Formats: sequence, structure tokens, C-alpha cells
Amino acid sequence: MMRKAAILAAMLVTALAVPALAGEIAPQDRKSGYTGMSAENRAMQDDDTINPATLWVLDGEALWSAKAGAANQSCAGCHGDAAVSMKGVSARYPAFDDASRAPVDIEQRINLCRTRHQNATPLPPESRDLVALSAFIGRQSRGLPIATPDDPRLKPFLARGKALYTQRQGQINLSCAQCHDDNWGRNLAGNIVPQGHPNGYPLYRLEWQSVGTLQRRLRNCLTGIRAEPYAYNAPDYVALELYLRQRAAGMLVETPAVRP
Amino acid sequence: MTETAQTPARVLVNAPKTAKRGDVIEIKTLVSHIMETGFRHDTSGNLVPRNIITRFECRYDGAVIFAADFSPAIAANPFLTFFTVATVSGPLEFSWTGDNGFATTHQAMLTVA
Repeated sequence: MMRKAAILAAMLVTALAVPALAGEIAPQDRKSGYTGMSAENRAMQDDDTINPATLWVLDGEALWSAKAGAANQSCAGCHGDAAVSMKGVSARYPAFDDASRAPVDIEQRINLCRTRHQNATPLPPESRDLVALSAFIGRQSRGLPIATPDDPRLKPFLARGKALYTQRQGQINLSCAQCHDDNWGRNLAGNIVPQGHPNGYPLYRLEWQSVGTLQRRLRNCLTGIRAEPYAYNAPDYVALELYLRQRAAGMLVETPAVRP
Repeated sequence: MTETAQTPARVLVNAPKTAKRGDVIEIKTLVSHIMETGFRHDTSGNLVPRNIITRFECRYDGAVIFAADFSPAIAANPFLTFFTVATVSGPLEFSWTGDNGFATTHQAMLTVA
């Protein structure tokens, strides 16, 4: 195992030694992970009746009008028609939450709504219901540009996210930026390194055989560089999410996307 | 709505509502199911029992026009697409059955002009 890791590390170092550091991606060069997918996978995302994530969106739609918690209140009871009230909402997340004095991502916002307004227990991270609600809410922003709020209170968290993004981590000693800024479009084994834009989450990943959130994807990246993943809902995830969303500002939301 | 065999599975069927007699029509079906292979172990080393769909059938006006036997190698949330010739107006009936008493059905009407 260690030897395998060492060989992989050596391979990565060799691959990464070649190009000059490219730095941040210019806005006109940004590409959604969609563009690097096979025609079959693109077709799966393009047709809602083929996209398996639709199963989650439909579950989320049912949950939206289901009463929950001691307050016996549904999401629809306050927010009404999601097609109107949730349009563009997830495109703005993570956003600053006054009470927590920190940014929260859309899944955390759903759980805050549950505890504050429905008197219900928060849904466990990556649980089917939470992901389904998030996919349904995210679906209402499909086609709209990512628009992280221009909120001065987010600045320190954004800076933290950027620091994490550029910091070498794990046994392989790699930063996010070394793959996704400096080497996107090149091959890592059989895969094309994507730019790492979070414009389709929650999304159906064929490798997962289910829909997952951006935090689940970040866990995958951390284990990929042989770093220990943070616990779910750790502030560092939200800081990274915030930086990634700002980095992709203006790109169109594809939720619920399909990725290999 | 957790991923257990007891909860009703979410089904998505895409079939034309109308067709001309003799038309070749495409039918697409998607069903939510974990398709647990029965070969995996959990974190404690115990075998996770097999939980898959074993059979899919599509009846058109009462007659089976397409059927499939599933194996553990089939991915989660199985997607099937197949073709048939529109002959008469009638119901398209879809059924999925599997382990732990899994059974779900869906019906769509096809009107042939």
C-alpha cells in the first residue's frame, strides 16, 4: 500500500513537474466538467427522463410538501411554490448566516430551516432525504449563473477557502490548485483532470451510483491525495465550497448534473 | 424515504402517448434501486446481503413484449430502453420484482391512430 502510494506520488510529481505554474484560470477559459464528458454521459445529463438524478429530484419534490417536525410544517407551508421561491437560491450559496456568524452551504441551510422553523431533527449528512431536497432546490436554479453574495462578512472565510485550495496536503503532498488550476485538461491515468467547478451539485456520479453533495466530492479529493477528510460539515469544507463557488461565479448551474 | 426494500421505489417511464399504427416506438424506463451485489462487506467485515431487482417485464395490451432478468452486475438505478411496434391502443404495463419482496409497477396508455 505504502509502496503503491509512493509510486503514484512519484508519477504525479513527474507529471506535475513539466508545465509552468498556470495560476488561476482566466474567466474566458473556464469550462464545466460537462465539456470533458463522453457523449453518452452528456446525453444522460441532457435528458431528465434518462438522468438518474431525476429520481432524487422527484423525491425532493415530495419532501418539499411533506409536513415535518413538532411544528407540523412543510417547506411549501412557508416558501410556497419552489419554482418561484427557490429560483436562483442555491446559486447564491454558501451564504452568511447571521445566527451562526459563518457561511452555511445549501444542505446546512435546509437543516437550519428544519431545526429553527419545523422543530425537526436535522437530516444526517449525505442522507437520501437531505440530498433529495438539495437536488430539488438546486434544480430550480438550473441554467442560472452562480452568484455568490458580495458580502464583506464572507471575506475571511473566502480567504480561508483559497488558502486551503492552494495548500499542499496529504501523503502525496498535493494542493487542489496543482491539479485543477495548473493541470486541467491533461490526463491523470485514464481521466481528464477537470477544472473542478462546482456548478452541478448535488449531482449523480456514476462512481457513486447515487447523487451526492459537493462535500462528498471534496472528501473524495482529500482521500485521493491521501489526506484525512474533514468531518462532515466542518467549517473548512464550507470555506472551500465558498471559494470554489466564487471561482466559478457566472458559470451556469447544471444541477442535477451527471459526472463519471 | 431511505434506501430500504420496503419503501416504494421511484419510477420514471418515458413512452410516447400517441403513435401511428406501424410506428417503431422507443420506451425508456428508470427505477430507483440500490442493486446491492451481495459480494460486498461492511466496515465490520460482514457480508452485505444481496438486494437486487431480478426481473423486469413490459406488457403491451396484455402481452409481454420485453422482459429482462437482472444479475448482481447491473448498476444501481437500472435504466432500460427498448423498442416495439405500435399496433393497437392499449396500456403499457411495467413491473419490476426482486429480492426481499421488492415489487413495483407503472402503467402508461398508448393511443394508436
